Amino acid sequence: MSSRERILGRVRRALAGVPGDDTPYERAVARDYLREHGARTVGETVELLAENLADYRAVVHRTDAAGLAGVIAGLLAARGASSVLVPPGLDEDWLASTEVARVADRAGSTPRELDRVDSVVTACAVAVAETGTIVLDGSSDQGRRRITLVPDHHICVVRVPDQVVSSVPRALERLDPARPLTWISGPSATSDIELDRVEGVHGPRTLEVVLVG
Amino acid sequence: MSGTFVGMPVFHPSTQPAFAEAARDAVRDGTLRGNLRHATHTIRAKRAKAVAEVADWAALREAGKRIKDHTLRHLDRYLEQLEAAVTAAGGTVHWAADAGEANRIVTRLVQETGESEVVKVKSMATQEIGLNEALEAAGIRAYETDLAELIVQLGKDRPSHILVPAIHRNRGEIREIFAREMGEWGRAAPEGLTDTPAELAEAARLHLREKFLRAKVGVSGANFMVAETGTLVVVESEGNGRMCLTLPETLISVVGIEKIVPTWRDLEVFLQTLPRSSTAERMNPYTSMWTGTTREDGPRTFHLVLLDNGRTDTLADEVGRQALRCIRCSACLNVCPVYERAGGHAYGSVYPGPIGAILSPQLRGTGSDIDASLPYASSLCGACYEVCPVAIDIPEVLVHLRERVVQGGEATRGGNKVVLKPARGHAAERAAMRAARWAFTYPGALRAGQRLASRTRRLHPRTLPGPGRAWSGTRDLPPVPAEPFRDWWQRTRGGKGAAK
Repeated sequence: MSSRERILGRVRRALAGVPGDDTPYERAVARDYLREHGARTVGETVELLAENLADYRAVVHRTDAAGLAGVIAGLLAARGASSVLVPPGLDEDWLASTEVARVADRAGSTPRELDRVDSVVTACAVAVAETGTIVLDGSSDQGRRRITLVPDHHICVVRVPDQVVSSVPRALERLDPARPLTWISGPSATSDIELDRVEGVHGPRTLEVVLVG
Repeated sequence: MSGTFVGMPVFHPSTQPAFAEAARDAVRDGTLRGNLRHATHTIRAKRAKAVAEVADWAALREAGKRIKDHTLRHLDRYLEQLEAAVTAAGGTVHWAADAGEANRIVTRLVQETGESEVVKVKSMATQEIGLNEALEAAGIRAYETDLAELIVQLGKDRPSHILVPAIHRNRGEIREIFAREMGEWGRAAPEGLTDTPAELAEAARLHLREKFLRAKVGVSGANFMVAETGTLVVVESEGNGRMCLTLPETLISVVGIEKIVPTWRDLEVFLQTLPRSSTAERMNPYTSMWTGTTREDGPRTFHLVLLDNGRTDTLADEVGRQALRCIRCSACLNVCPVYERAGGHAYGSVYPGPIGAILSPQLRGTGSDIDASLPYASSLCGACYEVCPVAIDIPEVLVHLRERVVQGGEATRGGNKVVLKPARGHAAERAAMRAARWAFTYPGALRAGQRLASRTRRLHPRTLPGPGRAWSGTRDLPPVPAEPFRDWWQRTRGGKGAAK
């Protein structure tokens, strides 16, 4: 007997005495929790996103479409970045004002090569106001997962209010589970020393979120 | 602290003393108690605040409980659905009935890559099966990359907390371990390393970075597996998880079969309750979700090892099966007065604290000293149940397991029904219970006994002699009043009706 059969057999025997239950799953679990917490206007939801991002030490910037290239150029310059990783589908206009060397996100690049790049600029799939979270789904304007991981400085552009949802339930509704997803809430952190939060371990130690709208 | 034996899990039940014995040393260790008190009190207050932020906490908790109960009720169906979904997405599914089989599968998979080292995401399942020791015996080095796991690994120590395995270490001790050991394992700690947490985290970053960048094989667990889509979820803080899940060419995930949720939508409950319960955050810094393999993004090969190792035995127990709802948040450890004083090592398992006290004796059986003593590692105060985000009634299961230890009875071990004998050492308890039953059946005998006890009270010893010694070794004997309650009642108000 294979271990698969053995384990499934044990499960069935373990449940043999449990009364049958054919309730369809949609009705088996009462979901009387909230879809989102509190009533807010669209503007207030964006405000809450900014507030919660900052609470977890992301640096938040606000601009409009016309100002975006300038803001990104300014952030790269302030950082002193000499190179920036660029996902293949990133809007070219976003980097129109910077002279920093662009590094393409190639499948063949090794992690060591990525480690030599100073910054990365990406879009996002969705942002969650209540938790201060941005979610990346590997679309062409966000690139492979590793490009937002190895460089120490991540600039993420969120289109507001279109890409902003209130809550975790609302975010999951918008996401495609078949894509590789990365949920990011502030720069990397640890609570492993005396349960005290320290920001900045392995992921980018600086996360800058630009809200464009 | 104890050394590790090659090929032997650090917490093998046969090598662990009973809880009370192990805890006796821990409660005398002033540094340990200080460290634990500081850490648990810090997180307790933060958790309460994070939970208070969401108005629908009770509804989320109830939904989490029901989702898990429903999943367990139909676990066979969801396991098959998950297997099909992971396979369709390009992953390979393996089944491991016990720790030995899981270790053999992982060892073979690593050997097939030709590599001799792996990087690991913090994972309770791989701790439970002693994977690092098994790999070591096969000449494969496993590097722990979670900061606290790194502290434990470098310190040749044992984990003492589910979320923060090095919670028993303070910053000074961690500095000492880093300065002494890092050079042995790779990049040495920077000269003049101080004990500020930020500097210690930086030292870990530098030390581990070279390992991440060259790693070809990653090993992880998972917090959730979605049956409907085949998606695995890892919830973490430091980014070491992302490193291990995305940079290597091969990813091997070892996951307990109870980690399934039926649908994608179910994550909306647990992604709200887990971070708040564990690190007391609205959301943890990083959550990774992957479904099989993705072309040109992340590992090209993905193996999922589904682990039983006592879980189906636990599932067979009507009262005890609720322990399988656990999402490993560790909120119950942080509020437990016993854990706060005894520390995690006394529980003799990778699962310490209240949840460990009901999980270890069920996963491993109650045959060893440690597992037979764990159901007693509690004052039954119920704080653990209050904070549990999936409403596991830990006190209820503790009492149930105490009954099993003392009286024996039916249980399931290795998939087979067995009848357990009453544990040795509880003869006095059984005799006392029999005597109590008799006394309560015959009121005359009870009255005579109580009066005798009151009259002789000055002669009572402070501890019990003979078989009662073990019981009174950890408890104060209650003082006997000068007059039994029933006599007092008779004398003052009995029969007079109009008591003031």
